[in-house]
Amino acid sequence: MLIIAVVICGMGVLQIYSAARDTVWDDAWWKQTLWVLAGLFLMWIMAQVDYHSLLGQAFLFYFLSLISLVAVLFVGTTVFGGRRWIGYGGFRFQISEFVKTVIILLVARYLTELKTERVEGRDLLKLGALVASLMLLVMKQPDLGTALTYLPILAIGVFLAGLRWQYVAVISVVLVLVLPLGWRFGLKDYQKSRLVTFLDPGQDPRGSGYQVIQSKIAVGAGGMWGRGVTKGTQTQLRFLPVPHTDFIFSAFAEEHGFVGVVVMLGLYFLLLMQIVQNAQTAPDRAGMYICMGVCALLLFHVLVNIGMVAGRMPVTGIPLPLMSYGGSSILSFFMMLGLVNSVRLWRSVN
Amino acid sequence: MSFPLHDQTDPRLPARPGVRDDVQFASGRVAFVQYLAVGVFLFLISGFWMLQVRDPEVYQEAAERNRIKFVPLLAPRGKILDRDGRVIVDNRSSYSLLLSRDRLKAEHIRSIATGLSLDPDQLAGRVSRFRSRPKYEDIMIKNELTPGEVAFVEAHRDPDTFPELELIRAQRRLYPQNGVAAHVIGYVGEISEGELNLPEFIKYDQGAVIGKAGLEREYNDQLMGVDGQRQVIVDNRGNIRGEPLENKEAIPGKNLQLTLDLDLQVVAELAMRGRVGAVVALDPRSGDVLAMVSTPAYDPNKFAGRIRAEDWNELRKNPDNPLLDRAIQAQFAPGSTFKPIMAIAGLETGMVDDDFRAHCPGGATFYGRFFKCWWKPGHGTVDLHAGIVHSCDVFFYNVGNRIGVDNIAKYAEGAGLGRRTGIDLPNEMQGLVPSTEWAMRTQRRKWYAGETISVSIGQGALTMTPLQLAYAMGGLALGGVWRRPHLVKVNTPEAPRVMQLDPANVKKVVDGMYGVVNEAGGTGGRARLPNVNVCGKTGSAQRISNEALKSGGVPHKLKDNAWFVAFAPCEAPEISVAVLWEGGLHGMLAAPVARDVLKAYFDKKARLTHGQFVAEIKRSVPRFGPAAPEPPPLAEP
Repeated sequence: MLIIAVVICGMGVLQIYSAARDTVWDDAWWKQTLWVLAGLFLMWIMAQVDYHSLLGQAFLFYFLSLISLVAVLFVGTTVFGGRRWIGYGGFRFQISEFVKTVIILLVARYLTELKTERVEGRDLLKLGALVASLMLLVMKQPDLGTALTYLPILAIGVFLAGLRWQYVAVISVVLVLVLPLGWRFGLKDYQKSRLVTFLDPGQDPRGSGYQVIQSKIAVGAGGMWGRGVTKGTQTQLRFLPVPHTDFIFSAFAEEHGFVGVVVMLGLYFLLLMQIVQNAQTAPDRAGMYICMGVCALLLFHVLVNIGMVAGRMPVTGIPLPLMSYGGSSILSFFMMLGLVNSVRLWRSVN
Repeated sequence: MSFPLHDQTDPRLPARPGVRDDVQFASGRVAFVQYLAVGVFLFLISGFWMLQVRDPEVYQEAAERNRIKFVPLLAPRGKILDRDGRVIVDNRSSYSLLLSRDRLKAEHIRSIATGLSLDPDQLAGRVSRFRSRPKYEDIMIKNELTPGEVAFVEAHRDPDTFPELELIRAQRRLYPQNGVAAHVIGYVGEISEGELNLPEFIKYDQGAVIGKAGLEREYNDQLMGVDGQRQVIVDNRGNIRGEPLENKEAIPGKNLQLTLDLDLQVVAELAMRGRVGAVVALDPRSGDVLAMVSTPAYDPNKFAGRIRAEDWNELRKNPDNPLLDRAIQAQFAPGSTFKPIMAIAGLETGMVDDDFRAHCPGGATFYGRFFKCWWKPGHGTVDLHAGIVHSCDVFFYNVGNRIGVDNIAKYAEGAGLGRRTGIDLPNEMQGLVPSTEWAMRTQRRKWYAGETISVSIGQGALTMTPLQLAYAMGGLALGGVWRRPHLVKVNTPEAPRVMQLDPANVKKVVDGMYGVVNEAGGTGGRARLPNVNVCGKTGSAQRISNEALKSGGVPHKLKDNAWFVAFAPCEAPEISVAVLWEGGLHGMLAAPVARDVLKAYFDKKARLTHGQFVAEIKRSVPRFGPAAPEPPPLAEP
């Protein structure tokens, strides 16, 4: 698993180098390398820790997260119109990334302490409220995309714990009713337009549809074998926006083609399967919940980001794990992989 | 708080009663998630397959088409016109050639170079020097293409031949030949690093072409206009596809209409040909500057692109300093042209009245030193009028000695000396009016009465510029009303500066200056014009001491300056002219220059109103009497 993760990261660094050459971010690739090294170190540390002790502190972490997220809203540095980062001595930390780990721990702990076989209504509501409060704080930043990533952790947890189909039905009905209201009052304009252009990118080719159209063009231009490293014109000529963060896979697809895409997706798939295997050999439920939580999160990220690149998902600001440039993202994902490793170290010998 | 959740079956861990705690309970669901993951990946792969394997041509084509180009719409710079609307400074188009590097093929370089009369190796070298730059940056390879070269480019820039060639149009400034009004107009150039930080240029970027000197600089904002931009989509052959995405029109610069009269300007330039000096002619009633010359001058067209190094060095090394605008920057002792101000000072302070006389035997002793008069035999007994007409130094030594340097300074400054006139040109010099306060402030010493004697005849520490001379005399002649000189027409005239002067005193001084030009023995006879009352004053200002002069072999740079100032008509001046001829030796030799300018002015005026030139009108104009009736103006056609 380690090797796969490192290979993915390596391709990420290469891609960042290529995509960000001659721009103001042209030092991003070695910064990313530093983050990856730090992440590896972090992963190793996490693995040494007994995950049970972390679970024991889960509620403490939860409160810390609440406080940190509130703090971000007030003292966070504003970038591109969003307050998501807290600066400290020249580094910036995106708190919402680290909160993902907390939610994994929280869900795992909560569900393991369930007294019942299945998830009852009030348990669902309680857990849902805990997670939702964190989500709402993140949405306020505003960062709808990251907030949404908390959901799959919750969803997979309750799914695995055994959710009655009645509850699923009720939730679906509620969602259907709530969605129009949420559309009206909850979503900001740019988020609305993103959804609209997802359905029809041609409608606004210079605005929000621009990224999708450019991404598809870049991907398609890659063809079977790709244009070659640093030769992707859409990336190099700056048609593809933010090619070193959210759209890094577009740049990758343009330069490495379908072949490269399949290889990369295969690597991610293998990584996920490794994590699932750890879940199946976990010594206890808590360990399983943790591993599946990480798996769900990674799957969601991959689905949304790469889906967006291919034009099959609306544009959201969700990074591609281990590839997109971003210190907090890298550290956070390595922390989660460290957790999984911790579970693995405690696996059943049977 | 420990978290006691351990597998019952793991002997390492303590047991926990109660809840069933094995992992297998959810194995079915975990497997479901695995299949879900597989599904997700297949979904993603299919998306890429569609884009990259099934329909790659669609997207590859889109990528090729997909280049947005910013076409600049250049804003023409405003023209500069003279007071009659004639164009002095204009623009012209020129073509520049760019090489588009991402379409460049190495084998074309040689042919392109040959077709454009460039050295192929030099061109190749230039291209390789650009290698580290991003591919989308184009290289400028030639400016100022001839029509033949433009034809070559147009004929060959199709995609099958030389797709890398690109033409852009540039605007160039066209200045008058031979440096007419060169210093006044100034020149333009590309903004430099240092200038980017100046407050007046803060809104311009790298590459902007701005006025660097003269009126081009002073009125840069008005002249400059704002470039527009058109965003177009070009395919990879550079052909524009579809409608422009965004069209920001260029805002052209505004024209500048000057108060300068080209007819007078040219006359002044011709009169000063071959000489080093300056001429300033202005209308004291309004402050309009009618002509302003500084020689030697330079050809601003050489600055219009990027000045070549050898041209620049030549200008800088020229010992006569052609870049200096002598009209506003040459600060010299005015010599006897200062005497009218001395006269008014003497009259206003009451020291000089109708009975005041001085005796000139050719010089006088003050404070132990002998000060000579330029007319060695001496002028005899001299009153104010004679003192002015014959420019008697001794007379004015006495005036100065009586009234003292601070009174002199008062009236000199009142006339506008010692400070900038405020003309709308950059870098005006202000001259110097000495006083006791000045000596204490700048040299920390007392003023010596003996220095006043030199100042009284316009020497010593006193300096002024030709503009100041024209300005001071013009306002004085109007009775003590000075209007700020300007080169661009003003719509709302500013309030003038006024000094209370007794009109009778002014009349006496003007009377004296009439005599300078029109009476026998007047030093300014060469400025006389038939049928126009010209008033004037000569000045021959020393630049080095008498002892050095005596030793002989003085380079022309240090010979006496010749000054002359005139205004006309005396009783109601319309024009005031100051002439400085460096090294001209005698003020009377500078007088003809003023005469030429005045004649041009009155000829033009008479031609327009009477259909004839001044010299042709036969009527006598008595000194300060009522003028003979004017011949009737032209009848309406």
